[in-house]
Amino acid sequence: MNETRNYSKELGLAVLVMVILIAIPYLTSSQVLSDYIIRLAAFGIFATSLNILIGYGGMVSFGHAMFFGGGAYAFGLLMQKAGTSIPVAAVGAILFCVLLALVVGAICVRLKEIYFSFLTLAFAMLLYSIILSWMSLTGGDQGLMGGIPRPVFLGIDLSNGHHLYVFSCVLGVLSLLLMRLLMQSPFGYTLRMVRDNAERARFLGIDVWRTKLYAFILAGAFGGVAGVIMALFMSGAYPEFTYWTMSGEAIFMILLGGLHIFIGPVLGAALLLVFNDLVTRYTDLHGLALGIIVLIFALGFKRGVGDFALRLFPKHRKKQSIEKVTT
Amino acid sequence: MNPQELFECVTSLSCIVTQTSTGLIVGALLFLVAAGLTLIFGVLGVINFAHGSLYMLGAYIGLTAYHTTGSYLLAVVGAGVGVALFSVVFERLFMRRVYNADVLMQLLVCYAFILILDDVVKLVWGAEFRSMGMPPAFQVPPLFIGGGIVPVFYLVLMGAASLIALALWYVLKHTRTGKVVRAAAHNPVMTSALGINTHLIYAGVFACGGMLAGIAGALAGPVRSMSPGMGFSILIESFIVTVIGGMGSVSGALVGALLIGMIRSFGSIGFPDFVEGLMFLAMGLILVLRPGGLMGRSH
Repeated sequence: MNETRNYSKELGLAVLVMVILIAIPYLTSSQVLSDYIIRLAAFGIFATSLNILIGYGGMVSFGHAMFFGGGAYAFGLLMQKAGTSIPVAAVGAILFCVLLALVVGAICVRLKEIYFSFLTLAFAMLLYSIILSWMSLTGGDQGLMGGIPRPVFLGIDLSNGHHLYVFSCVLGVLSLLLMRLLMQSPFGYTLRMVRDNAERARFLGIDVWRTKLYAFILAGAFGGVAGVIMALFMSGAYPEFTYWTMSGEAIFMILLGGLHIFIGPVLGAALLLVFNDLVTRYTDLHGLALGIIVLIFALGFKRGVGDFALRLFPKHRKKQSIEKVTT
Repeated sequence: MNPQELFECVTSLSCIVTQTSTGLIVGALLFLVAAGLTLIFGVLGVINFAHGSLYMLGAYIGLTAYHTTGSYLLAVVGAGVGVALFSVVFERLFMRRVYNADVLMQLLVCYAFILILDDVVKLVWGAEFRSMGMPPAFQVPPLFIGGGIVPVFYLVLMGAASLIALALWYVLKHTRTGKVVRAAAHNPVMTSALGINTHLIYAGVFACGGMLAGIAGALAGPVRSMSPGMGFSILIESFIVTVIGGMGSVSGALVGALLIGMIRSFGSIGFPDFVEGLMFLAMGLILVLRPGGLMGRSH
């Protein structure tokens, strides 16, 4: 495989997307749109990081919100209580998620599929209940109140809406690019192989447990990045970030966007965010509406929007099927 | 945290009696929910993530049945039957379609149903906390055993759960139906080749699991308040119970439920902020020491 050509294509695409995103505020001054893109950066990273587990690793985690909430709380607390600078707090939050993923992953990744789903869910709910009951540190069900201070660093002032927008876009595109490169790397292909046939991978001398654990940690770290962006955007952290509905939404984003293309989860996140905004505007029965949509996609279409797009472009589909055979 | 108080409690008979009875009813309710969860897993091989919602549905159906008929017995029976019927529809129309799909689809269908049922409950019964209230028949002075206080209703609850546990054990181990169910769990293809309708068994097992959760919901009515979303915490707890007891093992669910009941009841004295942590600690220990659970087959 000609890897260098592949990478340059992705780098080019990332630069192009970045240029478009940065140009948007100059074309329209819509606050709604820029807020939407910041949230999309957070949820796009969040869903894509979960897809490392689900799509590439075949591990259906139902507790990914623990990293979203964990990252947001760790970041917020480091800013509020320790008064560190933003980059230090962000790195600290990601390290916290790595540590959390190491502990949870070490216990969970060796389990059978369905056990894995339930156990990750259980751990996320444990974190949720810790956040709720540790009032003195986390503010309980009120969330991390009082706002997160946003001191200027390197000339970047995140309390300025435009700076925050550009910062989120850069972080979002960089994270997606990094995840893409990782999934196209030998590690990414090892992970696919473990998903498809763990037994064969083991025979080839691959440490299956370690590969899965690394994937879990990777997904956790990027989940933490998503949490940091969300904490910056909301200027706080709330227990709902770790609630099971957040994990469920991320899973649905992946199905909605499409399991078989890298950008699928981002597409799913984009669609679900619009759907959520529309539904909450007209009714407070958000769960009912979302539940019905989930059923339609899970039982009716059985695939996401991105998968339909792949069908429309048979060239890509062909490439996809070749890829499947070779992995 | 004050282990001191826990120590004082376990050295006084009255406190032991009170806490044990609390632990037993928590365990009894958990057993009913977890038994359904583990039964469905054992036979169908899927985890019903929406099982907590069936418990919630049972509680609310029980509430309405109690308010319309005035009979607590009818409320419990009505909740059991109502949730069993719902479970059959849920299984036949939805879950059946994802048995052979990957876990992702099973999870999404359950996720959808949790969301839908929470909102349906909100629509029908309102979003605020509701309570059934203690039925007049049980509004009698509590018993004093060894200085500890045991409400009469607790005994009713324990009695009902024990009866159900016995019936479940008898049906599964000593009747033809039980044998067929166990055969279907062990080898569904062979069982259906022998001319047994496995679809009927699947629907029946799902209905039975739903009925148990529904009964538990109605039984909990007088002692717990209800609200939409109440099903989720009991789902997590009954999952912990099934991991401790062993997935697919009903007797394991009983042991696990009683253990968790005691941990909750005594733990809340010594470590009130760490009760959930204690349950997870117990589960973690089991997962490390006996990954198959106390009574389960190794997997």
